[in-house]
This record gives sequence, structure tokens and C-alpha cells, in this order.
Amino acid sequence: MADDPSTAASTGTFTVKRGLADMLRGGVIMDVVDAEQAKIAEDAGAVAVMALERVPADIRRDGGVARMSDPALIEGIQAAVTVPVMAKARIGHFAEAQVLAALGVDFVDESEVLTPADEAHHIDKWAFTVPFVCGATNLGEALRRISEGAAMIRSKGEAGTGNIVEAVRHLRSILGDIRRLTQADPAELYGWAKDLRAPIGLVRDVASTGRLPVPLFCAGGIATPADASLVMQLGAEAVFVGSGIFKSDDPARRARAIVEATAHFADAALVAKVSTGLGEAMPGAEIATLDVKLAERGW
Amino acid sequence: MTIGVLALQGDVREHVAALADLGEVARPVRVPADLDGIDGIVLPGGESTTLSMLLASSGVGDALGDALAAGLPAFGTCAGLILLATDVRDGRPDQRSFGAIELTVRRNGYGRQAESFECTLSVPAVGDDPVPAVFIRAPVIEAVGPDVDVLAELPAAPGSTGGARPVVCRQGPVLVAAHHPELTGDRRLHRLFVELVKEHRETRR
Repeated sequence: MADDPSTAASTGTFTVKRGLADMLRGGVIMDVVDAEQAKIAEDAGAVAVMALERVPADIRRDGGVARMSDPALIEGIQAAVTVPVMAKARIGHFAEAQVLAALGVDFVDESEVLTPADEAHHIDKWAFTVPFVCGATNLGEALRRISEGAAMIRSKGEAGTGNIVEAVRHLRSILGDIRRLTQADPAELYGWAKDLRAPIGLVRDVASTGRLPVPLFCAGGIATPADASLVMQLGAEAVFVGSGIFKSDDPARRARAIVEATAHFADAALVAKVSTGLGEAMPGAEIATLDVKLAERGW
Repeated sequence: MTIGVLALQGDVREHVAALADLGEVARPVRVPADLDGIDGIVLPGGESTTLSMLLASSGVGDALGDALAAGLPAFGTCAGLILLATDVRDGRPDQRSFGAIELTVRRNGYGRQAESFECTLSVPAVGDDPVPAVFIRAPVIEAVGPDVDVLAELPAAPGSTGGARPVVCRQGPVLVAAHHPELTGDRRLHRLFVELVKEHRETRR
């Protein structure tokens, strides 16, 4: 049709990247190390899976350099499930990210759980068609990652500990500063931008909307349905569960219980019901006893 | 009018905002009782496998199935379209299909996220100006039943063997879009749904 106003399709736009993050809201993204775990996660209602060789608790235990997973492992998981598949690249390691994009992963996590590859620069995420999620401990860090092109922000928490305290600290810091920012007058926003070390345009955007320009998810330390309810009530829009599922007694049941608790986070009776008789959660760790704090990685 | 928005998972907030922009009361639906007294329901984008599981566990699936069978107007976008269709390919065997609109759909039929795209569509039913459309791991509508009106289609891709693909369809009081009108500021498809709901209410009086 000559008068057809339809235009050609554009892929990899920010709207398209952010759109996938929006579709995952209210859901649970689960770490899986093989196709079998991926299927358990999908059966339990995961909105996406994170394909990796070792869950954070094992990375922490093993030490050494943690890198991108073997492509064979990622492809095996892609073949096993219909939900989106995410995978991790090291901070600043844009070549790993290029490999993950070539494999067709749906989201790249530029993650502090892996050993950083660059001590000054994160990946230029605008250069990619695939969307990125990055961790943040405070509002400035979140806005710097968004300025680099991240389409989703997650709290860092302290991965592999089963201890929710750091994720709560990070969410409260980010969301508390957003609330304070909405009260600032226009002249004060320049001071905020300077203190946050973040672009004034993004600071103004947050001040006027009262939210980040991309979804804010929670990661790092979620082990129980009540943990998921807690962070959702604090203002997270979805949750990542790393070691918390497959390091527990009954992964299938716990995974499903966390999905239910995330969807119905304000319904305490439902959270009580799904929390009943779940067996042992993953073993936890006190933050003060840790040799390495993953949340301190990233700049 | 009160229009429910299925609020188990997905981009619920954007649909609530679109309905509010049109002056309608949007009610999040999480349990069967939330369906009482609604004039229509929106099924948002999200993951259809997750939504299926939560529809079953919450009891909303059976109650909503009954309401749809009794003629409740519905608007499904992306995952919501998959839930409303009669026939789903590449889904899970336990996936919920309300069968409210006679469509054969293929999940993620356009491909993975790398193939997700935005474009504009010609939708004559809502006006002459092009409608912005965002397709995220979208379902492909492979076949439509005889009573389904195709309101918009994507032209065949250059060099592809397939023909144009339907992307916005209507059958009676059920409207579906393979894309996400809620992610754009364009409210015309939501307005069309609100009109369908009004029409349906008046014919029921």
C-alpha cells in the first residue's frame, strides 16, 4: 500500500530494551547452572533464568577469578526453557558481553559477582542491542549505570550470603534518596548531581517522576518468601534469587513459594502459607565475617 | 466504569495509567473477589508461563475463565494475547488458554530479545495517524478464526516467504495486540477497548 504509514522496524532501541525489563516486573529471576535447574525454575514460575557456571555462594567459596560462563552451558539452558535467559559478564569486559550478545542471550548482567575486568570503566552499554542490568548500592551509582545505557538496575546486596541486610541497605539508600530528591527545589538539583556524581538530566528526571527511568529490582541475599515480600514492600519491582533456591533443601518448592510471595507480597497470610514447611533455607553468612565484599566492586 | 487489570505479574502500572488517563477506574485483580463488579478486564504483558501458574494458584484463572465465557470484555497485550487465544504453539502444556478469541499464536514467534523491535502501525479503526508499537519477544498470530476482525497487520518482511501478519485483532468484546500499546503514550487502542466495554454494557441492559 502506497499510503501505508507503517515504518520499518528498529531493534535495540532503549524503549525495546527497557520494555523487556518492564515485562519482568513482579516476577522472580533465578540463577541456574544447568538445563535441569532451568526447567525446575521455569516450572516454578520464574520470569527469567540467569545462566551461570557457579552460583555466588560457590564462587565465594572457591575464590579465584570468576569469568563469563562456557557458551555451551548457556546454549543448553537456552534450549531447555522458553522464558528469557540472562547471563553475566565481568564489569568492564565488553568482549564477554559481545560473546553473550552473539549467543542471543536476552539480558546481560554486568555483574560484581564475577571478578571485575576494568577498575575504572563499566561497559558502554549504548553500543549494544542486547539490554543490560547493572548492580547499584546507592542512587548515584544507579544513575551512572543508567547514563552508560543500563535498562534495569538491581540492588547489589551481598550475593551468596543468604543475608538480606545489604540488599535492604541498598534499596533504602536508593529509594530514600529518590524520595528526598522529589522535595528538592530546581537549584538544589545541581548540588544533588554533584554529590551523586550523576548527570543533571537524569537527576531532574528522577526528581520529577519520583522513580528511576528504568525498573529497580532487588538482588543479593534473598533466601526466603518473606525476604521477597520485604524487598517488594520496600519498593523493589522484582527479585533475583541466586544461591537461595538451589542451595536450599527443596529447591522446586522454595522457588515456587518465592514466586508466590513476590506476586502477592502484601498478603501476609499468603506469605505465611507458602513459607510453611519449606525445609532448610541456604546456609547464611554474617557480613562482618566475609573476606570479600562483592558489593564494593563497581565504580 | 470499573476495569480490572490482572495484577499478578508484568507491566500492570502502565495499563492502570492508560485507563486513568481515559477517566476510567482501574482495579488491580489479584484474587477472585477482585473480579466482582468489573465491566472489563485488561491482561497485561509479562511472562505467560508465570502468569499461567499464578492464575491457577490464586484461583483467578477459573473465576476469570467463567467471566470470559459469560462475555466479559477483555483486552490482552502480548502475554495477555497468548492467555486469551484458543491455540498456543511453543507454549508449555500446562499453560492457561482462555480461548476467548479464535487465534493460533506462536510464543516468542518473532524471536529472542535481539529481534524485539519498535515501529509504527496503520490501525484504521482508531484513526489515520500511525500508531507507535513496541514488540517485546512478541507472539506471532499465525491464524485467525472466521469471526475475528484483523485491525492491524505488519507488512511482510522484505525477502520473507510469509505474508503480512495480523497484530491487532478483535472478536466481539475481546481485543488483543501482539505489541504493548501501554508502553507508549498513545491511548487510542485503550480508548477503543473502553468503547467496546461501554457498548457491551449498553447491549446488556
